[in-house]
Amino acid sequence: MVMLGRTANGLFWMFRYIERAENIARIVDAGLRMSLTRSGASDDDWGAVLLSADVRDIFDKHHDKVAASDAIDFLLRDLSNPSSVMSSIDAARNNARMVRTALTRETWEAMNECWIEMKQMLARKLKSADLPEVIETVKRRAGLIRGAFHGSMLRNEIYNFARIGTFIERADNTSRILDVKYYVLLPAITQVGSSLDNMQWESILRSVSAHRSYRWVYDGEYKATNIADFLILNGQMPRSLAYCYDKIVSNLGYIGKDYGERLAAHETAERVRSTLQKTSIGTIMDQGLHEFLDNFIAHNNQLGQEITEGYRFYS
Amino acid sequence: MEKKGDAPLAFDEMIKADSGPRVPYQNYHDWYSSQDPARLLAKSRDAENIFRKTGITFAVYGHEDSSEKLIPFDIIPRIISGREWRKLAQGIEQRVIALNAFLDDIYHKQEIIRAGRIPRELIEKNVTFLPEMIGFRPPGGVYTHIVGTDIVRTGEDQFFVLEDNARTPSGVSYMLENRETMMQMFPELFQLNKVQRVEDYPHLLRQSLASLAPPGCKGKPRVAVLTPGIYNSAYYEHSFLADMMGVELVEGSDLRVIDGKVKMRTTRGYEAIDVLYRRVDDDYLDPLTFRPDSALGIPGIMDVYRAGNITIANAPGTGICDDKAIYSYMPEIVEFYTGRKALLENVPTWRCSEADSLKYVLEHLEELVVKEVHGSGGYGMLVGPTASKRERAVFAEKLKARPNNYIAQPTLSLSTVPILVNKGIAPRHVDLRPYVLVSDKVQIIPGGLTRVALKQGSLVVNSSQGGGTKDTWVLED
Repeated sequence: MVMLGRTANGLFWMFRYIERAENIARIVDAGLRMSLTRSGASDDDWGAVLLSADVRDIFDKHHDKVAASDAIDFLLRDLSNPSSVMSSIDAARNNARMVRTALTRETWEAMNECWIEMKQMLARKLKSADLPEVIETVKRRAGLIRGAFHGSMLRNEIYNFARIGTFIERADNTSRILDVKYYVLLPAITQVGSSLDNMQWESILRSVSAHRSYRWVYDGEYKATNIADFLILNGQMPRSLAYCYDKIVSNLGYIGKDYGERLAAHETAERVRSTLQKTSIGTIMDQGLHEFLDNFIAHNNQLGQEITEGYRFYS
Repeated sequence: MEKKGDAPLAFDEMIKADSGPRVPYQNYHDWYSSQDPARLLAKSRDAENIFRKTGITFAVYGHEDSSEKLIPFDIIPRIISGREWRKLAQGIEQRVIALNAFLDDIYHKQEIIRAGRIPRELIEKNVTFLPEMIGFRPPGGVYTHIVGTDIVRTGEDQFFVLEDNARTPSGVSYMLENRETMMQMFPELFQLNKVQRVEDYPHLLRQSLASLAPPGCKGKPRVAVLTPGIYNSAYYEHSFLADMMGVELVEGSDLRVIDGKVKMRTTRGYEAIDVLYRRVDDDYLDPLTFRPDSALGIPGIMDVYRAGNITIANAPGTGICDDKAIYSYMPEIVEFYTGRKALLENVPTWRCSEADSLKYVLEHLEELVVKEVHGSGGYGMLVGPTASKRERAVFAEKLKARPNNYIAQPTLSLSTVPILVNKGIAPRHVDLRPYVLVSDKVQIIPGGLTRVALKQGSLVVNSSQGGGTKDTWVLED
């Protein structure tokens, strides 16, 4: 069996974009949830949402100020935003078409049906009453693709490149959410412990679909260190950085073993995982969460670059 | 049924005017008569959903908003008896053998020109004639590995070849998906009728391609399909065929000439390809030899080809057989190379390059179909009887300006097969494209793609012009 470099690239990005679509939907969900509470989300909050989706710059190019409806539209359906849900699903499907021969019929059809439904759903500007259903559909469709993929694909290099794409994207998203939410929203000591505060905490957890599991693991008390621990170091939490890197290391490992060669990417991934295993949340907080996350994001990008080059995605 | 007044005079393949269903349709017709029309309409919508879900789409050029369209599928099959098919298949085989002999001749001794059967300039001045192929013989001597011969019917025993597609015939994926869909939706019909298999096509295609690996290939040949990419109108078919054959689907950017071989970039380095089933036109194949601006091709592939280190299917330069002026000489071509009269008839054709013919065509535009010699897909043609006076006048000017660019044919009364409509069934005109594989033998897949003009009275069956498709059954009898 051989795999084209372009195919590895297509699989990697197909799954990055599916992951991204789902994450953007969760972030919007968290923003909406805040706006439903009594105090309501201010436009500042939507600014932070745009920041955690890493699209604030592009948004500002098209808009003078941040208004909730514009932000939501921009995040869900604007094709001038390359990370909007619709752009991501378009990109995922284009990549899927490119690697069609590497996918099972089930996986391809799940992807195609996702695209068909979302295209229809996001064809027109959304009313706020439609939003919960849209968000739910994105999550459900992403789940169906994942399910078809897990249930029908051989565990070979195709599977591994797809998984690596998923987890690099997920790690990137989780670290950004934490960085923006924690660092930007919660510096004011005076607010700690207030109800506004609790709402902000919960929105972080909600944007990674973890507001319930958190309570089970940490006895329901919202504390900065616990939330950071949960999202960074908890190996059971499927969106934590530690979990993502466990998976990346093992999927890269399978490819390395298969091909009989270790690349720079293997070193980088293992180094990042080992840091996540050895450090404690106390140390991270002491050294500065923002610095830690910044550094993590840089390494995560570097890994993506090393995989791209090492496996000849483009040349 | 539609109103009496609409009944066309054309030969209907299902129902004879006075005596009911024709023999091949007998079983189907009995079955149909016992069906609940509402259920059939529901099934018809199911079929559309299957196609949409599977992503069996094509791109229509020049349509702003519809980058992907479904080709409408009609659930009433087109049925051909085994006896009818055997006759057709013999004619097709003869024609395909002649086409390959013709190609070999025009790129070598040019005996047909010397014998005065075809004008020299029609060959040598033809843009689809590739001087680069002169004196080169492809592996196994096969030029057109895959051929689609378009056939129309006008009566019980009257079949005509409408055109030859010897370059890169498309549509075979629809033949396969149509059958798949019919078997899923109406399994009982396949018990009532013994229908010859088409499902082996991908397997036969792969075998046929691999058997023509170049002399430079040692070991098991590696086959790949070359596509222009996901934005090409036939991309679905390219990926489908690669998938069904179990071979790589490559783009020009994946390939490079290294050490005299064409190699593809894999995650572990470059690996050689032996047989390339290319779905990229000649012009774009090699920017060093043909269009320098092509980003779809592989620089240097023609050198590798001529050195005998890769097989390209179909061979470059086969497009000349699709030329409609060449088509008009097919009776001579078949006779010249096979020593026998053509079993399948050509449609009488006026070459507008000849002054007498041009005059006749201009005087009879309202009864003729005029086509560009290099046209395809139903683009750039005039259907005289249905065109407006103004359209005909505009077209006449084009004809006078570039007569060499056109041929004209009488408007044939194409046979009809019923399609399902809201109020039952209604006859629509059809054509047929059987697919032929050439290696050391000629294999014709029983059936092919039936294209159907969905608009009442329309004779244009091209999918780009609103045509649909039907499953095509060849019965075992």
